Amino acid sequence: MAPFDIVASLGKFIGYMVFLLIGLGFGAVLEMSGFGDSRKLAAQFYFKDMTVLKVMFTAIVVAMVLIFAFSALGFLDFGRLYVNPTYLFPGIIGGLIMGVGFIVGGFCPGTSIVALATFKIDGIIFAVGVAFGVFVFGETVSIFQGFHNSSYMDRFILPELFGVSTGLMVLLVVIMALVMFYWADRAEKFFGEKMPWKEIKILPANFKKIAASAVLVFFALFVLFSGQPTPEDKWNRIGEKEVKKLENRDIHIHPGELLEVMNDPMLYTTLLDIRSETDFNLFHLENARRITFENIHDSDFMKELSAAPDNTVVAVMSNNETDAQEAYKLLRGQGVLNLYILSGGINNWLGVFAPDASIAVKGEQGAGVSEESFQYIFSRAVGSTIGASNPGLEKGRELLEHSGIKFEKKVKIQKKKALSGGCA
Amino acid sequence: MPGKITEEKMSNNNKESYINPYLGGTLLGIVLFSAYFLTGGGLGASGAINRIQVFFVDLFAGGHVDQVGYFAKLAGGESNPLDAGIVLMLVGTFLGGMLSGLYNKRLKFETRKGPNISTKQRWLFAFIGGAVMGYGARFARGCTSGQALSGGAVLSVGSWAFMFCIFIGGYAMAWFVRKLWR
Repeated sequence: MAPFDIVASLGKFIGYMVFLLIGLGFGAVLEMSGFGDSRKLAAQFYFKDMTVLKVMFTAIVVAMVLIFAFSALGFLDFGRLYVNPTYLFPGIIGGLIMGVGFIVGGFCPGTSIVALATFKIDGIIFAVGVAFGVFVFGETVSIFQGFHNSSYMDRFILPELFGVSTGLMVLLVVIMALVMFYWADRAEKFFGEKMPWKEIKILPANFKKIAASAVLVFFALFVLFSGQPTPEDKWNRIGEKEVKKLENRDIHIHPGELLEVMNDPMLYTTLLDIRSETDFNLFHLENARRITFENIHDSDFMKELSAAPDNTVVAVMSNNETDAQEAYKLLRGQGVLNLYILSGGINNWLGVFAPDASIAVKGEQGAGVSEESFQYIFSRAVGSTIGASNPGLEKGRELLEHSGIKFEKKVKIQKKKALSGGCA
Repeated sequence: MPGKITEEKMSNNNKESYINPYLGGTLLGIVLFSAYFLTGGGLGASGAINRIQVFFVDLFAGGHVDQVGYFAKLAGGESNPLDAGIVLMLVGTFLGGMLSGLYNKRLKFETRKGPNISTKQRWLFAFIGGAVMGYGARFARGCTSGQALSGGAVLSVGSWAFMFCIFIGGYAMAWFVRKLWR
């Protein structure tokens, strides 16, 4: 499924060729639209020639609709696309500065490259200026490093800001763009061609424009009504290799191995306990975190989870395995790495690292007992205060040796591939 | 009509065969989409310019590069800052611009400027504008291509805020520098 890691899958030569071809398309379209000419670019800011606005917003809207339509159809995983992290105030100040630079210099970095390529001398000088400005920034950024890294909001998209669905946001952006285009056309006639206001027709006379607008709105409505893939959808589309891993129990780890991981100073461990609050309070592993299926559907929770360092092992556990397995699928579908299931769940853990009989005893497995029942009866709720929550390597290994338990080691740390974008 | 005769047109589009902006935007949108589809990231320019600039500084002042955090990230020690897809993308952008210019007979050594300033003045402001742009682009972690276009298409809040600020900044400044263009 797209996106692809082109360089990783096809090698640097082909991968970099793809980047080159994309750039070729980029440069050609910019030049064809007239963006090699600084006068045309500057005219935007006097309302005489709204080409910049039209090209930019048309491009944004077309790309956006394609991206989210493909995502709705399951052909593109939006979660794996690079979304520029939001640093709100540096972005605002940077934008204002760039606006000034744009109208003073007559270009932006991308268009100056196109101007340079078509021998415009002002473009060449501008591009040199950009390199100089970038150099000065590098030299001086340490002075205001704090501000430069402030108001960090991570991956934050407009639907989250406004609390609407992605599809609705797409439709709203399309409508906003169409309204802007309508007024841009009128502004050009008034300021550019100096047409008297009364003479400017109210309806866009051009049939092509109306048809194109209708197509855009149609696509946006499609996105709106299809909805974006749920975590369940994502698992269902994940592909055979992952499903086999689950079936072959490649990702079920024995309590003995989890013990090692928990006590490994070179690793971080995130323990996700998907049991009821009651069971969790009775007993849970040291530093385990209680989660619900609702959490797994919550984007803030998922963002927090994915922000963990590279060398983090995530283990999900329930009393037996049923719920943990469901949770595993939903988490894995959303791309959680180094994810494992505690084999046999907490029931198995307590079987291996048995607590003192005065604290808990194993109950009889009755006939009417549910799949995920907690088999241990506790004299009081101990949470993670007893030794069994983390027996420690010495005691734990001793216990395992003593009982002759052998297990297969399955944990393999997979490095997260950092998403990167065009301007990094 | 009186308004049109005295003032040289702001934009030259009655002579040049530029394509319709909406068509241009659609094509650009398709290019942008294919960038995301094929590579997981969008378009960009300032990031690549940064890498090229660091490469040259590294040639002459390698030790210095190792000491400035912002540069060392890209070119410290043995790292080659040019070893990145976006640098190839910039090369492609350059070639694409040149090819289109060649095809449309728009390859010409000239300086585009307003009628009321000299060529040398235009060059000065082009450099200043470029420097300001370069500085601002790193501040904002991207330029119009990388942040506004690309980030805009994936609905990043920061990118949209950034994009509106570019327009605000440009329009606010426009009256003060009108001599450059009119």
